[in-house]
Amino acid sequence: MWDYSETVKEHFYNPRNAGAVEEANATGDVGSLSCGDALRLTLKVNPETEVIEDAGFQTFGCGSAIASSSALTEIVKGMTLDDALTVSNQDIADYLEGLPPEKMHCSVMGREALQAAVADYRGEEWSDDHEEGALICKCFAVDAVLIEETVRANNLKTVEEVANYTKAGGGCASCHEGIEEILAMVFEEKGETFDPTADVIPAVESTPETLVAGATGMTNLQRIRKIEKVIESLRPQLQLDGGDVELVDVMGDTIYVNMTGACNGCQMAAMTLGGIQQRLIEELGSFVKVLPSTEMPKTAAGV
Amino acid sequence: MEGIYLDNNATTMVDPVIVEEMLPYFTDQFGNPSSMHAFGNKVGFAIKKARKQIQELLGAEHDSEIIFTSCGTESDSTAILSALKAQPERNEIITTVVEHPAVLTLCEHLEKEGYKVHYLKVDAKGRLDLSEYQQVLSERVAVVSVMWANNETGTIFPVREMAEMANRAGVMFHTDAVQAVGKIPMDLKSTKIDMLSISGHKLHAPKGIGVLYLRRGVRFRPLLRGGHQERGRRAGTENTASIVGLGKATELAMEHMEFENTTVAAMRDRLQEGILDAVPYSFVTGDPDNRLPNTCNIAFEYIEGEAILMLLNKQGIAASSGSACTSGSLEPSHVMRAMDIPYTAAHGSVRFSFSRYNTMAEVEKVIEVVPPIMAQLRKLSPYWDGDRPLDEPEKAFAPTYA
Repeated sequence: MWDYSETVKEHFYNPRNAGAVEEANATGDVGSLSCGDALRLTLKVNPETEVIEDAGFQTFGCGSAIASSSALTEIVKGMTLDDALTVSNQDIADYLEGLPPEKMHCSVMGREALQAAVADYRGEEWSDDHEEGALICKCFAVDAVLIEETVRANNLKTVEEVANYTKAGGGCASCHEGIEEILAMVFEEKGETFDPTADVIPAVESTPETLVAGATGMTNLQRIRKIEKVIESLRPQLQLDGGDVELVDVMGDTIYVNMTGACNGCQMAAMTLGGIQQRLIEELGSFVKVLPSTEMPKTAAGV
Repeated sequence: MEGIYLDNNATTMVDPVIVEEMLPYFTDQFGNPSSMHAFGNKVGFAIKKARKQIQELLGAEHDSEIIFTSCGTESDSTAILSALKAQPERNEIITTVVEHPAVLTLCEHLEKEGYKVHYLKVDAKGRLDLSEYQQVLSERVAVVSVMWANNETGTIFPVREMAEMANRAGVMFHTDAVQAVGKIPMDLKSTKIDMLSISGHKLHAPKGIGVLYLRRGVRFRPLLRGGHQERGRRAGTENTASIVGLGKATELAMEHMEFENTTVAAMRDRLQEGILDAVPYSFVTGDPDNRLPNTCNIAFEYIEGEAILMLLNKQGIAASSGSACTSGSLEPSHVMRAMDIPYTAAHGSVRFSFSRYNTMAEVEKVIEVVPPIMAQLRKLSPYWDGDRPLDEPEKAFAPTYA
């Protein structure tokens, strides 16, 4: 049984705004029947102010698809179209107090229905910009298509690199066989052979000095610079998800960071922090703890 | 436990009589059956008795043909991998598109290792075409693995006939019978079935115990090598309490065989009739004329299974569904797709599976509860309008693929 939040269950048992809106002037139909999820969103938009006066949904789908649709209509009612377009799937998931990773696509469907409805109102053509494949990484909800595309675009060679770019495989590690299969397939297309034992191209260059210095031989400044460099190298993948991270302070073995954007308050933030910590431990060669800056001692933070 | 349990193809309650029978083997009778002292000796006899009880239910010729394993999946893997190991010159496998993942996932994996797998197709009622089967039987095939009865629809395959055909072609025959054992009578000694898998928890024994039936004389290579348990065919200390439980469970299954095929079947039939009468746009999937007495699978069109299960669960009713969402995959049940059930119905398929512990009063309660649930969900469905589907629903609502 899925671990649904009370809010998800409540919205499923008592959906708000079910059914088509009377006198709707915007309709968004999205979903995939083969996946078992499809949603029609109807909006009544005030032509003068572009305010969404009413919203209704009709959904063919599971409990979380119905709850996500219900949440979406509640969120956008009263918003202008421009404001509504800034609603992200994470907003929908947050409204519902979280969704299981396998069910995040339900919230994505909600956001897409909204984009489709706005496009319909404005007489534009809406086309979906991503294809969804089989879910490979259940910890971070990453599907096969995304992994394959990222591997191709960045010429990735190892499971570890895939984890660094997409987060897939960065959690429980049970999907590593699946990731290796995707890597092997892409390699084969290029006429190469995938070598699961290949070393990762080091993200931080190893110079003779750093090799000699080692983890313990670094000066404080060298160490902080290295931490900075590692965090810098991790930012692009977070930005892909609309998030970001910045280094705030280093106190002994504790490193404080600021999670911003979509990462802030995201249920995955804790796991992302874990990933950053793991990477830093590997790069520094010694144990460190990564904590959000909110957990900094108040005096030390100068507040 | 409160509630109405109609998910007995998933797992069953351990019969209290069986629990009683098992308990001494956790405490007083804790000995290792391989030991030479009195502590082990009695346990050894208890296992021997259980082996006899299982032999009787299966109609096996010898009790040594019963090998205890940890589950149905282990039995399936042991059987298929043994056939491949014992006959390295043969590199093909025949199975069906509707097998349980215990067989299907293994076969897909073996394909990656270079084996050729023939997947027999089914028709709209889930039936096999035996002439297709005949065509792929050859001396290149190491093993045929075909389920006795389908877990989702209860549809029964003609395994006796298929085993004869394999035997004539000189090919080993294995059947995954976890859903069929205890529900339909068997007499393996009069068949050409070489190997058969049982799972204890499907017939009121506990989870974690299975059996592989291995006909005497069939070439065999163990999956687990180690100690001499099970005559060296399955190493590892015996799960004694569960073996005793499974022995008792098979004995009870024998006693209730007629009840299963009369009273349980009648409850199933009443449920099916009651639901089909009250819920429009619903139909039975599989082959209703040739299926297990305890199973019926009904597809409710234009709504999705997980939502149905959640609302049933709220009313204390347990069933299962072939929808994509219940499994966490994106595709609906491979069994529904193999029968070419349209997506709008496949996602809304619900399996009700009975046991001898269900009652007719429960059936009437379910018949009362189901129709309003379907109406409630259809009210939310984009394919539905008032009291019926839209005209040409799949055209009227054709969402952008996302």
